[in-house]
Amino acid sequence: MEIPDIRKKWPARIYTVTIGAGKESGGTRTSTVTIGGETTLPFYLFEGEMPHPPVVAMEVWDIPPEDWPDTVRKPFEDVMSDPGPWAKKCVETYGAQVICLRLKGLDPLLGDRPPDHAARAVRRVLESVGVPLIIWGSGKEDKDNEAFPAVAEAAKGENCLLGTCTQTNYKTMTALATAYGHKLIAESPVDINIAKQVNILAHDSGFPLENLVIFPSTGALGYGIEYVYSIMERTRLAGLGGDRAMAMPMVCDVGAQSWGVKEAKAPSAEWGDPQLRGPLWEATAAYTYLMAGADLLILRHPHAVRAVEAFASQLWRKEGA
Amino acid sequence: MILIGERINAGFKDIGRAIKEKDPRPVIKWAKVQTQAGANYLDVNIGAVSKDPQDLVWLIRVVQEAVPTAISIDSTQPELLEAGVEALDGRPALLNSTTAEDRKLAQVVGLAARCGGALLGVAMDERGSPQDVARRVENGAKIFAAAIEAGLTPDRVFLDPILMPIRFMQDQAPKVLEAIHEFTMLSDPPPHISVGLSNLVSKAKERGLLARTFLVMAMSTGLDAAICDITDPELRMAVATAELILNREIYTDDYVRAFHLKRGAVWNPPDKETDR
Repeated sequence: MEIPDIRKKWPARIYTVTIGAGKESGGTRTSTVTIGGETTLPFYLFEGEMPHPPVVAMEVWDIPPEDWPDTVRKPFEDVMSDPGPWAKKCVETYGAQVICLRLKGLDPLLGDRPPDHAARAVRRVLESVGVPLIIWGSGKEDKDNEAFPAVAEAAKGENCLLGTCTQTNYKTMTALATAYGHKLIAESPVDINIAKQVNILAHDSGFPLENLVIFPSTGALGYGIEYVYSIMERTRLAGLGGDRAMAMPMVCDVGAQSWGVKEAKAPSAEWGDPQLRGPLWEATAAYTYLMAGADLLILRHPHAVRAVEAFASQLWRKEGA
Repeated sequence: MILIGERINAGFKDIGRAIKEKDPRPVIKWAKVQTQAGANYLDVNIGAVSKDPQDLVWLIRVVQEAVPTAISIDSTQPELLEAGVEALDGRPALLNSTTAEDRKLAQVVGLAARCGGALLGVAMDERGSPQDVARRVENGAKIFAAAIEAGLTPDRVFLDPILMPIRFMQDQAPKVLEAIHEFTMLSDPPPHISVGLSNLVSKAKERGLLARTFLVMAMSTGLDAAICDITDPELRMAVATAELILNREIYTDDYVRAFHLKRGAVWNPPDKETDR
């Protein structure tokens, strides 16, 4: 019996987004990363192209985090007091290709630092490492709006990925990203309709769709991962099907979510050695998101980073290679 | 939804005059306006004004220089379609149209297969326009079978069940809706199904309302293309809404804007006064 050829040709391509700018593009980065560009579903290499492998970023904070469990704190214990050395260790010791600097110090409940503290952290990381940066706010919108003009300016011309742009702050964020030469993370609360709406609003303010990365929100393994998975899947199907407002690469904030759940952080050995269990919980969520179409993953534990990069590179190969 | 802009047709006074006087300006204007409105194809028709293939060639060249939009070469004469194909600069084309008459069908299907374009078949035969569902389906199936036989894939075939003026033949619209549904069952995936909306509203007063209401009703039974006045914003709003209700697009609050964005079209909402 002849086996039918079920390969599908999709009408559209996911936008390609490059993060980081070297000297020739007006920045100071010694490397850049490019994500997106798919013409098929994740790792369907028999069917279409996946020109760029998924990228893993490592997370660094502007203040020493108090709520990171010991397992994930340990690898960074000696550097957590300063985002510069912390980022440097991620790159030089753990091979990070991208640093995600999270400006948690802005959060009124975590120190309520002023905007210039955040801007200083940005400069510090830029001086310490050559890899591209994701710069993520505290999640407290009032404080982030107040700080982002200084933050975006501190990284002027570096082509960072700034986050996040939402239904309410899109005017400010698109203006800043345009003025200082950055890309944007478009955030929605596990809601595909809002994901599309944020992109349309950003486009409406004159921001190019091809400079956006979708953040559909992230759930930890066992905590709503299936909802996010199906939204990402549907987003990617729409994007490949020709819906330009859904054709962006996607980012997942896996570390932050994973290390907040008891299965990852419980210190007791009853559920298995926490040194293994935690990174495994984080990595398993990341594998799942890769299958859903994630182009960029933000992780914390070096073991999870190594495992996820190895997994992704096994599944991904450049055409002809 | 595949929307085919109807406006570059010699039946309109400005285009008729443009063809006679070889004045490209009205043609360029309508090519741009319809493209900005999001047309997938621009229908190009020299109608009764001329029988000269060179006039059609001129019209197509003017459109091609003005916009990158695909072209629907509109003529009942296979010889004119052939001349039109010669004028194409390599962009996709829709040969509009053939009927189920043997000689014409063979010629147009052969031309579509050779030029790599799509063809639109109207469900007419040597006896003229059918008044019932069965003959519409019979003619549509005959055209579809001939196209597939010649190597065209279903997505290169458009079938038109033929709309009649509602002002004079009110019993025909429900039959067209039924024929559309029957066409969807010809194959999986089905061919495209298209109507010429201006036939329906001919000589009627509420042209816009009739056109967009029929369009959304027909979309729910399987219509996925129409030759229409794409410059009517309310028609586009109705199509955008129907696509949403049929779950062909992902909902957003600004779905009308999303509809235009997807088509690379410009969207300026109509004045609030007309927005009842």
